Order: sequence, then C-alpha cells, then structure tokens
Amino acid sequence: MRLEKRSQASPAALVLAPVGAVLFTLLVSALLVLWAGAPIARTYSAIFEGGFGSVFALSETFTRAIPLILTGLAATVAFKARLFNIGAEGQFYGGAVAAVAVGGLNAGGELWATPWLVFPLMLLAAALVGALLLLGPALLKMRLGVDEVVTTLLMNFIVLLGVSALLDGPMKDPSALGWPQSLPLAAELELSRPIQGTRLHTGLFIAVTLAVALWAVFRHTVLGFDIRATGANARAAAFAGVPALRTAVLVAGMSGALAGLAGAIEVAGRTGYVTMDMSPGYGYTGIVIAMLAGLHPLGVLAASVFVAGMLVGADSMSRAVGVPTYIADVIVATSLIAVLVATLLTQYRVRWRVAGA
Amino acid sequence: MTDTVLRLQRISKRFGTLVANDDISLELSRGEVLALLGENGAGKSTLVSILFGHYEADGGSIEVFGQALPPGQPRAALAAGIGMVHQHFTLADNLTVLDNVMLGTEPLWRPWSARRAARVRLLAAAQRFGLAVQPDALVGSLSVGERQRVEILKALVRGARILILDEPTAVLTPQESEALFATLAQMVAEGLSIIFISHKLGEVLRVSNRIAVLRTGKLVAQAAASEVTQAQLALWMVGQTIALPQRQPAQAVGEAVCVLDRVSTPAGARGRLDAVSLTLRAGEIVAIAGVSGNGQVALAELLSGTRALGDGTVQYLGLPLPAQAALLVAQGIARIPEDRHAVGVVGDLPVWENAVSERLRGGAFSRRVAGLRWVKRAAAMAHAQRIVQDFDVRGAGPLAPARALSGGNMQKLILGRALRAPDGRPPRLIVAHQPTWGLDVGAVAYVQQQLIAARDAGAAVLVISDDLDEVLTLGDRVAVMHAGQLTEARPIEAWTRETLGLAMAGSGASPVAEAAAA
Repeated sequence: MRLEKRSQASPAALVLAPVGAVLFTLLVSALLVLWAGAPIARTYSAIFEGGFGSVFALSETFTRAIPLILTGLAATVAFKARLFNIGAEGQFYGGAVAAVAVGGLNAGGELWATPWLVFPLMLLAAALVGALLLLGPALLKMRLGVDEVVTTLLMNFIVLLGVSALLDGPMKDPSALGWPQSLPLAAELELSRPIQGTRLHTGLFIAVTLAVALWAVFRHTVLGFDIRATGANARAAAFAGVPALRTAVLVAGMSGALAGLAGAIEVAGRTGYVTMDMSPGYGYTGIVIAMLAGLHPLGVLAASVFVAGMLVGADSMSRAVGVPTYIADVIVATSLIAVLVATLLTQYRVRWRVAGA
Repeated sequence: MTDTVLRLQRISKRFGTLVANDDISLELSRGEVLALLGENGAGKSTLVSILFGHYEADGGSIEVFGQALPPGQPRAALAAGIGMVHQHFTLADNLTVLDNVMLGTEPLWRPWSARRAARVRLLAAAQRFGLAVQPDALVGSLSVGERQRVEILKALVRGARILILDEPTAVLTPQESEALFATLAQMVAEGLSIIFISHKLGEVLRVSNRIAVLRTGKLVAQAAASEVTQAQLALWMVGQTIALPQRQPAQAVGEAVCVLDRVSTPAGARGRLDAVSLTLRAGEIVAIAGVSGNGQVALAELLSGTRALGDGTVQYLGLPLPAQAALLVAQGIARIPEDRHAVGVVGDLPVWENAVSERLRGGAFSRRVAGLRWVKRAAAMAHAQRIVQDFDVRGAGPLAPARALSGGNMQKLILGRALRAPDGRPPRLIVAHQPTWGLDVGAVAYVQQQLIAARDAGAAVLVISDDLDEVLTLGDRVAVMHAGQLTEARPIEAWTRETLGLAMAGSGASPVAEAAAA
C-alpha cells in the first residue's frame, strides 16, 4: 500500500472528509459503548443532552470551553510557525500562579490598589510569565538547535513541581485545612457571571476576542505572513526577508501568553485560587483542539465547544447510563485521528498493491 | 544488431488528469545506445521509472531478453539485468567504494560478508569497462565524476546488461563528460545496451545510435542519430521553432555596482568562499561557470542576504552590503535563487502573497497601525496581478497556492517579483543562480531574454550557472569557480570550452589525464 499525491482535492472529498470522520468516530465509540453493555442510542443522546441539551448544559460546556479556546489558540499560533509548544500545561499553571501573586489576598486583607489597575496587571503578569516560560525553549531552538518538543515538554514537569512547592510554601492558604491550595484571589478581581445560576463567566468574551484577533493577525498583518511562511517553508521565508529570530520570539511570546492567560482566567472566572488539579490537562488538550481546528483560530472556537461538550456530556451520561466518562476521551481522540486521516485522504489517494504479483 | 534485448509495448501512465506516458512503444537492441530526448515533463523519467519498477504502468507490457517483466518491482528489474544510474547519486558518503558496491547484494541473515570475492568482481568490471576506481577510497572523498563511475560500476557488478543513465552529464565538466562517453563506447562494444536520457541535443547526437523523442507524454519521433540534425531534433522536442537568445554583447558598461574584495565565508554545509574578488558593473553580465558544489551557493547566498560574510568586504553602490534580505531588495537587488521550489516560493501560500513577499515590509504593501504592520491587500493584489500579466505567469490564479505552478511559470513569478518594484524603479543588481535550471526551452529563452533586457536597461547582472551553454550565451565576462576560489573574470572572447573545462576541474589537471594515470 502506498500514498500518491492527488493533483487537486475534489470539492466532494473536502465536504465528505469531515462527515466521514464523524461517522467513523461514532462507529468506533459505539463499539466501546456496546462493550460496556449500554444501549448505544441512549448513550449518545445522553452525551448530547448533557453537553448541549439545556441552558445549563450549554453554560457548563462553554465554561469548560474557555480555557480550551485559549490553550487551543496557544497551540495554533505556535504550530502554525512550526514551533512545537508542548508546554502549554506548564504555562497555564505559571499564569494561574502569577494571577494569584498579583491579585491574591491573605484572609480578610485589602487589595493593594484599585481593581481597575490590578485586574489588567494580573492578566499582564500571567501573560508575561507564560511568554517567558516559552521564550527560553524558543531561543534554545533558534540559537543552538535544541529540539523544542523536548524542552517544552520537560519544562512542564519543572513548572508543575515549582507550583506545587509554592502551594505548599509561600503561597499556601493557611485557612485551607492543610490542603495544598493557594491564597484566594480578591473577590473584586473575579470575572462576573452574567447568567444567573450558572458558572459561565465573562472570560468567554476575552477568549473569543483573542481568537478573532489572532485570526486578524494571521490574515491581515505582515507578522501573520511571517508566521505562516515560516511554518510552511522556513528557508523560503528567510529568503523573502522574514526575520527568523524575531518571528520565533514573537510567536513564543504570543503562544506562551495565551496559555498563561488561560490559567489566569480560569482562576479569575472559575476556581478563585490555584490547586494542582485545576487543569485536567488543558494544555495538552489545546494541542488536540488546534489540530482538530486545522490550525485556524476561528476553527479553535468550534473545536473547543465540541471537545468541551463531549467532556461535559460524558459526565452526565455516565451518571445516567453508567458508561465510564473515559468514553469522552475516546471520542475526542478518535475524532482527532479520524479528522487527520480524512484530511490526508483529501490530498492523497491510497494505492493498494496486490501482494505476490 | 538485430537481437532485441528490451521491448516496451504500449506503455501508458496517468497521474490524475496528467498523461505522463501515452501509449509508448520502444525497442532496444544489443550493443545499442538509445537516447531518450525530451524536455522536462515530457515523460522521460516516468518511462524509465516504470521500466525500473518504481512505478506501475496503467497499461502496456515490458519484455526483457524475451521474458515478461513483472510490473512495479525494482527487484525484478535488477534481476532481469536492468541497471539504473540516477541523476542524483544513491551512494553512502561515509562508506568505501567497495562497501557501496556491495550494499544490498548480500542476504542480511548471512553472518559473514564475501568482501574478497566482491573486490575481485569490482576490479574485474572496472578493468573490463575502463572505469578506474580505488575500492577502499571513501565515497565522500571522491569527485562527482568518480562518484558517477562508482554508480555505474554498482550497476555493472550486479550484472546489468541494460544500463539506464538519467541526465548523466548534468553534473560533469566537459572533460569528465568526454571520459564518460568513452566508457559508454566501451560498454557497448562489450555487448551492453544503454538508454541515455538527456535534453542536450549535441551530446545526444554524439553518443547515441538511435534517438527517441518524447513530448508531453507521447513518442513523437524515432530516428537514427546519423540521419537527423540538431534543428530537426529541437523541432520534434518542442513542437515549434523557438529561437534561443543569441549572444548579444553588452553595449554600455557603466560604473561598478558591486565590488567583492577578498571575500571569504565560514565553511558551511554547502560550500564556502575563499578570498573571492569580483567587480560587477552596470550594463554587463558576469557569468560564473563551475561544477556545482564549489562555492556557488555561498556566493549566491551572500549576495542574497541569506549568508553571513566572513572576511573581506562587499561594497554595494559604494556602501557596505546590507546584511538583511529585505534591505537588499529594498535597495534594488533582484535575487533569483537556485532552488525555486524550496527557496524561491513558499508553495503552500497563494501566488499573490509570493509575488509581494520580498517587499511586504515596505510602505507600498503595508502600513503600521497599533504596533503591527497591516498588509494593504488591494495594493498587493494589484501588484501581483501586474506581475502575473507582465511576465505571463500561467496555470494558477493569484489565490491558488504557488506550488500549483509549473516550474517555468514559478520561475516567471520569481523573475517578475525580483525585477518589478512597486515604484517602477529597475533593479541595480541582479543575482541569478541557475536561472534556467530544469526549464523547458521556451521558458529558458524567456528568462535569458529578460536578463539580457535588464542588463541593457542598466543593471549589473551576475549569472551563476552549471550550464556551460548558458554561460557562453549570457556572459559578457566569465569567471570560473573551483573549490571556493574564483578565477579572474575575463571577457568571454578570452575563453574556449577547453580552457573553461580545465578551469572548472581546477588547476588545469584534467580528469581524463587522472583517469589514465590511475
């Protein structure tokens, strides 16, 4: 068997590819549901109901989507320039800790300045910490050729252990009964929740605004051209005058800042303080979302809502039908593989060779 | 010469909508050299790839020595006695000649290796066909001509009776080519048959007995070499008469535009410069001849702003040459890179973005708002359209990805981008590295004509080329590059093909003499 490049992808294939990917995903997941001994149709409808079926379900899905949008954008901008940032998880926690460092309180204390000043400073600090965490690996890559996949991946362990030390040391909340948990964020700094009775917070507007902004940068600015050209063909980009080092530094800054913001917004919008389990792998899931979205900033919005809906829906489905929530991970992972293969097949055709000929 | 060793019958192969081979039937006799002549994209490579089993034909059959050849199996082709020498050698640099020849001939599960027997076979084949080699030399230390000999021996030792040579002279000096032709004659005398792929007419007439001409996938003509002329072959190959630019001497040579003084670059992966001095004047074309890999890349990259200067100075219009590519372009340097696919364009990005990519940072196509440069899309698109129109770029619209363009059209796009500034000012210096490499005759003529026109409009032009014909057509002055060093740039009249060839081989020692001595 081998792949041959198609001279041009047919329009029909471009439409059928995602449809086929979804059908394939549903089919594979159905086998697992069957194995768990649950009715397939009811399981799927329970996931859908739980993720998208009511105002509350939607609010939970969108709440979950907010950090995913931001880490998804972080992966998108980096991967577009072929800077493989696997360290969004660490940058997320770095941003969360920075937010509490700027806006955190000892119990009963006063905020050190007006929230109008502290709030932007808090976001800025989170973005800066995230950016700095990625800057090192980016410079190592550009100057010495050190593989950024390895360095960013390993940075996650360093950052997470560092955060863990902070939560058990200087940042520990003395009133948390011994749990490793940071001081709480000042109540004035928390994001408001516009819909009564839900946890949906205004971080959604920040995330959507940043997605649109990134789309505009990609499409309409010289920096966006630099990023796309570098990612598509670094040698040709350099020949055309794209400053390689500057582009890499800016991309690292943007990607790290987005992941750091994800952490700060999660603290300010949902948890109110930092714990070691505040992210169920948002940094890594961001990579999946970026790939599902085909590295398109607006596609990240849709992919995040899809993934968040599956995760939220699987929670309530599990209570109703009894299939473990891991089915959500299977659905997300299978859909990623299916989408990647489907995209490949729009550009290549498979030639089967008869064996023994 | 009547016994047929190879018979291709009605071979057809399509890639999507492209018909690469259309119903081609060919025969090859014992002791015959058959030339496959055609432009790039005519289907020569596809045809021999089918023959060698890299591709499977959609239709047709192949017979070797009277036996049907199973399709799509390189192993079967090897076993049947077909050997192939690729244009880009498939040798391991860090192994010896003997190791390279033995590679893949022994079963992996055998615990020992029959080196002595292999050495005997290698030396026997070398002697029989007059191919001098040292079995224990590292391939990495050999010259290009020597490597080609190793490739040929590799095929012969494996028992090839039919040898396919893909553009074998593309990487050789004229003297090395002569040595190759002598070898081919000896092989034919020994009863081997040869398929010789080329697009050079003179050489095809010299070495082959019979010539088959391919055009757009079809076999358009076959003739005995003794019965055709170059003009007839050219007509078959192109399908129409195309006048190649004739030598047009420079009219008014002006002041020095760019002066390199004892320039060296650090040793890079792709060659270096060693105390190179050169003066480029307005209204004159300086052509650099040489076998590729002798520092031409370093020279081109240095003047294109993609390689750092080591020692020495480069003055451009009286000032030190700017170090950044974007600045070079802004100051009137037009650059045509050697590898148009890998360096010239970003294939995944649309044609219009590629058409303005070099000048995107200037005020013509972007403006600064809120700390970012925003692309003036309408202006950029209009400029791209102008380039596409003026330089006749066909095959893909401005929104299509640049990789959809054919080689010739891609080169026209790069040429247009380099020569057309948005403010209409002509370039002061043109750095063209292999500007016509791999193009069809029509595109070659077009590109050369444009370079001559730019010179006559007052640009200083540097053409770096492996193709001696191109050097002789374009160059007003010619210098030869060897091992990072450049000879003095002498007027074209001061050179002959022979003296050029000797200079290309370095210090006057000819490879023919070397081969005889070895």
